[in-house]
Amino acid sequence: MATTAATLHAPAHAEPSGLWSWITTVDHKRIGALYGITAFCFFLIGGFEALLIRIQLIRPDNTFVSPDVYNQLFTMHATTMIFLAVMPLSASFFNFLIPLMIGARDVAFPRLNAFSYWVFLFGAIFINLSFVFGGAPDVGWFGYANLTSKQFSPGHGVDFWAVGLQILGVASLAAAFNFIVTILNLRAPGMRLMRMPVFVWMTLVTSFLIILAFPVITVALIFLLFDRFIGTHFFIPSAGADPLLWQHLFWLFGHPEVYILILPAMGIVSEVLPTFSRKPLFGYPVIVYSGIFIGFMGWGVWSHHMFSVGLGPLADSFFALSTMLIAIPTGVKIFNWLATMWGGRLELKTPMLFAIGFIILFTMGGLSGFMHASPPADLQQTDTYFVVAHIHYVLFGGAIMGIFAGLYYWFPKMTGRMMNDRLGKVHFWLQLVAMNLTFFPMHFVGLLGMPRRVYTYGANLGFNEMNFWSTIGALLLAPAILIFVYNWITSWRSGPPAGNDPWGGATLEWAIPSPPPSYNFGTIPEVHSLDPLWHKDSRELVLASNHVHGHIHMPPNSYWPFLGALGMAMMMSGMVFGWFVGIPGLLLMLLGFYNWAFEPCH
Amino acid sequence: MSSAAATLAPVHEAHPTSTGLNNRKMVFWAFLGSECMFFGSLIATYLVYKGRDKVGPHPHEIFNIVFTSFSAFVLLMSSLTMVLALAAVQRNNQKTARLWLAATALLGMTFVGGQCYEFSEFFSHGLKLQTNLFGATFYVLTGFHGTHVTIGVIWLWSLFMMATKGKLGSERALDVEIAGLYWHFVDVVWIAIFTLVYLLQ
Amino acid sequence: MTDHDPSQPAAHAHPGAKEYLAIGLVLVVITAIEVAVFYIPSMKPVLVPVLLSLSAVKFALVAMFYMHLKFDHKLFSWLFVLPMLLAIFVIVALMKLFGVW
Repeated sequence: MATTAATLHAPAHAEPSGLWSWITTVDHKRIGALYGITAFCFFLIGGFEALLIRIQLIRPDNTFVSPDVYNQLFTMHATTMIFLAVMPLSASFFNFLIPLMIGARDVAFPRLNAFSYWVFLFGAIFINLSFVFGGAPDVGWFGYANLTSKQFSPGHGVDFWAVGLQILGVASLAAAFNFIVTILNLRAPGMRLMRMPVFVWMTLVTSFLIILAFPVITVALIFLLFDRFIGTHFFIPSAGADPLLWQHLFWLFGHPEVYILILPAMGIVSEVLPTFSRKPLFGYPVIVYSGIFIGFMGWGVWSHHMFSVGLGPLADSFFALSTMLIAIPTGVKIFNWLATMWGGRLELKTPMLFAIGFIILFTMGGLSGFMHASPPADLQQTDTYFVVAHIHYVLFGGAIMGIFAGLYYWFPKMTGRMMNDRLGKVHFWLQLVAMNLTFFPMHFVGLLGMPRRVYTYGANLGFNEMNFWSTIGALLLAPAILIFVYNWITSWRSGPPAGNDPWGGATLEWAIPSPPPSYNFGTIPEVHSLDPLWHKDSRELVLASNHVHGHIHMPPNSYWPFLGALGMAMMMSGMVFGWFVGIPGLLLMLLGFYNWAFEPCH
Repeated sequence: MSSAAATLAPVHEAHPTSTGLNNRKMVFWAFLGSECMFFGSLIATYLVYKGRDKVGPHPHEIFNIVFTSFSAFVLLMSSLTMVLALAAVQRNNQKTARLWLAATALLGMTFVGGQCYEFSEFFSHGLKLQTNLFGATFYVLTGFHGTHVTIGVIWLWSLFMMATKGKLGSERALDVEIAGLYWHFVDVVWIAIFTLVYLLQ
Repeated sequence: MTDHDPSQPAAHAHPGAKEYLAIGLVLVVITAIEVAVFYIPSMKPVLVPVLLSLSAVKFALVAMFYMHLKFDHKLFSWLFVLPMLLAIFVIVALMKLFGVW
């Protein structure tokens, strides 16, 4: 079948390569690749920072790093992993897959898409420049007021952090608007909303969360920047302000943000499980509605991050109840995934192993999360390693395992080659063991009272052994990730050819060649079901998808989004670097936007 | 009827969409939804911090309700001229459209001018951004609104230039409609600010 | 929001200049009432609910008629109204949490 499809193709015209073609590209697949590679590099940087943290904690009273550097390390580890690794890795999947899954030639606004990526890249570089310009941010990833005030953080670290998050916010918002319209408007004929793959649904929910949550953090950061640069008193208690306002605004953003991190991984797993169980997803509508419900409920739980500030019995009860309620749709999803596997012909290939790993580890993280839904329990757990264990089970065990499942699953589609399955399995088992070795003991040191964000601990507190094993686990995670990198590079160069559909997937992206041609579909296919490639008319669908019929017009490349993004990042970084960066940035941005607006796109 | 059809399916957007709705109009409505959260957070902060100040000036000491009512009236009227501009473009009447676009932009400039005057008045009464929480929350909220109006004014003048060059025929009605959505949104935000900040002291 | 068929978004034309002017007149009258209510001492006890409902009416009129939500596809209303309700929820919740009332 693959060969028939391939012969139908018009002779492939050589794709342009070289740096310029990447700077000017508006192809969603190339932008997805850029997002993926960039984000993975930051994942490695964030991981390296974590290793330094763990080495410092390998024994009591260690002096491997100074307290000051330690503060910078944990702040940048979290900031990097959340904003520069997990979110853009998800964005990489959105970019590469959404148009393929809904049967479109590109996203709704291809140049805006390029703009998103470049803003993200420049924002990410900007935040990390803080290491060489007088010290990285050292106030924790939620930067609580009034530790962030000029009085307590006189250096530039917080400025880099606040301005950097604003720049990254622009990138996330632009991408989210783009995917909302792409998903609602660019679906192939016959693909009703309830025929969209779950990954597409989760992308839609995530995008809505982004466009509604990011304005809140934008406002909070504006207040912070005004406090620091203009001398206002938004978070200065002596002027009558309440630093708790920061916490409320931050978590109003921050709680939807954790769903922004996990929902795409849930979407990936919902694609991988049916393929390797050879069974349609169990309870598709329920999974979709649960995802939407989680998206809604994510707005009513933010204060559970703040139980220890003393909100009063009414607020505590409300947020405890809403937090417990949100466990229901999450549990529903877990049971649906289990039921998908139940009675299926399971093929334990690497992506499937990661998907199963996701279910187990995410469930464990969910259960410890559920524990601190109860305010009295939370008061014991908050600011201890118990919470560190919880978030790493949901974000490493959850989001990262899901992302790895996706990386292994769609690697053949992205590159046209198969990844080495044996090395993949070695990676999985090593990562699974190392991950649990690192984070499981943290539950116990946390309950014993070891506080997070403190650079060391006394030898007589009973934390020694468990911290030692945590660090050994972290040191084992490094080779696990390196095995993946090695596998990725060697398979990309010389893996066996994958063909259109190496796994027997059900969704539209498997109907077209790997890697897909620049126009994706020769003819936009018509969709009649949720899993079109598993139906008896699938052969016709594959033929139609690859039938090129006349000239296909694709949007031309453009360098204006790149220049606009560079200008915007320079303009905003001018707040830290000075007017001689800011003013040229502003002019460059206006030039980029003006030419972008009047550039013909057809 | 034909004008409405032109709005929804402009000639230069050939591909039909799944919903039948225009991509740019949809993204713009999503953007306005996002803006609701932006202004919502600013308004929430103003209301939460109201009355916590230890030093003045306080709102009731310096607000000039008559003047601000006039500003609100000006902005409200600019919404009316904006829809009249859209109606003219939809009828392919560029001359009339130009007139209403200019009127809208001028009313917007009047509003911004009024805000500058108001700010300088408050400034002379000793209310600076750094003075107290009222100063900070008030200036940042109304300042961001004023910035939105200013961007809208620039947008309107560029549409005016297009109409002057005869490039704003009914096939471009969507461009005017989207600018109008932005303009009306800025107006409804002012309706909220006027009531919550000025009238409900 | 409206009773028209969502599959036929173009079925209703936008209102014309006459309707726009009528709405504009209503908006001006409401603003005048708002300012008047503000200055009438006997209105003090009901000032908050009266002003809030009057401005809500203004808000709704502009959104429905000038922004055409009444005539356009329902999806546009959802894209705008749900975030607006969320914003209102956030404002009310924060005021409650900070003990403003």
